[in-house]
Amino acid sequence: MITAPPPVEVEKNYINAEHGLKSWLLTQDHKLIALLYLISVTAFFFIGGLFAVFIRLQLATPTGAMFDSNTYNKVFTMHGIIMVFFFLIPSIPATLGNFLIPLMVGAKDLAFPRINLLSWYIYIAGGLFTLWVLFNGGVDTGWTFYTPFSSSYSNGYVIAAGLGIFINGFSSILTGLNFIVTIHRMRAPGLTWFRLPLFVWAHYATSVIMILGTPVIAVTLFLLVLERGLHIGFFDPAYGGDPVLFQHLFWFYSHPAVYIMILPSMGVVSEVISTFCSKKPFGYTFIAFSSVAIAVFGFLVWGHHLFVSSQSVYAGMVFSVLSYIVAIPSAIKVFNWTATMYKGSVRLTTPMLYSLGFIGLFTIGGLTGLFLACLGMDVHLTDTYFVIAHFHYVMVGGAIMGYLAGVHFWWPKMFGRMYPEGWSKLSAVIIFVGFNLTFFPQFILGYMGMPRRYAAYPAEFQVLNVLSSAGASILGLGYLIPFVYLIWSLKYGKPAGPNPWGATGLEWQTASPPPTENFEITPVVTTEAYEYSTEEVVHVG
Amino acid sequence: MAAHDAHGHSEVGAHTQEAHIVPKRVYFLVFIALIILTWVTALVSRIDMGPWNIFVALFIAIIKASLVVFFFMHVWYGTRLTKMIVASGLFWLILLLFITMADLWTRNWMGVPGR
Repeated sequence: MITAPPPVEVEKNYINAEHGLKSWLLTQDHKLIALLYLISVTAFFFIGGLFAVFIRLQLATPTGAMFDSNTYNKVFTMHGIIMVFFFLIPSIPATLGNFLIPLMVGAKDLAFPRINLLSWYIYIAGGLFTLWVLFNGGVDTGWTFYTPFSSSYSNGYVIAAGLGIFINGFSSILTGLNFIVTIHRMRAPGLTWFRLPLFVWAHYATSVIMILGTPVIAVTLFLLVLERGLHIGFFDPAYGGDPVLFQHLFWFYSHPAVYIMILPSMGVVSEVISTFCSKKPFGYTFIAFSSVAIAVFGFLVWGHHLFVSSQSVYAGMVFSVLSYIVAIPSAIKVFNWTATMYKGSVRLTTPMLYSLGFIGLFTIGGLTGLFLACLGMDVHLTDTYFVIAHFHYVMVGGAIMGYLAGVHFWWPKMFGRMYPEGWSKLSAVIIFVGFNLTFFPQFILGYMGMPRRYAAYPAEFQVLNVLSSAGASILGLGYLIPFVYLIWSLKYGKPAGPNPWGATGLEWQTASPPPTENFEITPVVTTEAYEYSTEEVVHVG
Repeated sequence: MAAHDAHGHSEVGAHTQEAHIVPKRVYFLVFIALIILTWVTALVSRIDMGPWNIFVALFIAIIKASLVVFFFMHVWYGTRLTKMIVASGLFWLILLLFITMADLWTRNWMGVPGR
């Protein structure tokens, strides 16, 4: 006789606690909001990626096979706007940060759960506004919206695009506010500042930039809207304004925004390297304070984007020196991660591969930044493909590698399932190869003088451009593979258990996926962070 | 640390209970002050003070903004941490204005060749 197996009781967790669309759209659980963000930023990543595909197809031939110049202007503008404001800036903070900060500090949620949900709705509203622009003819100013072109001459939907980014800024401010209050006020008993995971330190520094910088870009774009719509003179000399003032205000936010993208990635890499070397990070305090130093110094370097504008040469000298100084805290991190690996028992798992990729690519991206911080060199390199290669090494090689490291590292915690390790390692290697093939030739192109934002180029640049386009197709494939196997793993992946990596940290002390309230009993922390030498690190209860 | 409720919001809840309760009278007084200052702004805009126009207008605006921040946003009664956060925001604004102006002040120090 065949008897039916006894029904398996599924453990209650944050995903299956409630059902239905309403339970998602009205949730106040930071973990579900993180998943809402994860889905949204992934969608924007693929939309932005589609525009990248168009750019590389256009540049495969010297005369441009796909678009006329006007359309090409709109294509690279939408690529920039979507990738910067709707993917890179919210990518790690709003997904992994949202999910993990309460878990890492031993709290049951963020300080303001309703504001957290509100920030997602604001993000979606800003995103839809910007997509509306896209479907109604687009905008052709570049993501930098430089005046007076944007305020007086552009035929695109500048006002609508500016308002979309303006709306989205509030989402960023609210997320930063929530993190700062949570980290200050909701740490578990015994969890002192210097016991916090470095991921939390990195997010604290990021949140400070979000709160202090984002209002400035919002106001700047609002001034642009006023000038374009009502002809009130701020930036256009024809109305008595100063175009360089726009660049000052724009980069006061947009340069620190690069650190909004890279600091959370650095936080991820610190966690991953420590875990897979089973070692306390070398120089914990230095890594923690270097995050704060990057946040502070990052605010004082914006003028290096203005070296060839009519900015004062003396101001340029000061900005140049300050830009060099930012290299110090960045280098501290790179050296400390390397020192952490020294004599560690390194496990080359997928998150570790991405982290190693991060270190190499970020180092190249950072050091080429020093070329651009040099006043004389920058005159030659401004607005060339060298700049494009440099910031893609930081933003894609750095920020996205860190994002993928983090997604792979905490995926088992988020969903309780493991992904296929073979496929994930393969895709990490494909992404690394594809990335370098795409962007390394652009350093050479830029040095040879190929300007950015042009729909055509001289025939002698074609070989390097074809290499770059070929690399982009490999990179695109590399991004599609994780998209497929991560979704596959939700149903078919092996159960992960609470702590598949043998990591320390409070988030690994609770179930995978965690229950709605994160911890049944508030944890009490009695040891330092990353204590790999002792068996029982943190007791819960 | 205070015990959590079902959603873990209790720490912040406990904090707000400690917060200062402002009498309604203060809000009304601030409101009246803001209305009067708006009226003063409109009035002085009719008087031409030459280069001082902008300074007078900004001075009144700063007083109004301070009233809103101190009383409507409760910073006057806030903790030292809250005051420090507000001060750091102000410091960052000064940094933005000062460094941007430093560019403007030094732009003509070096002559432009040929001009």
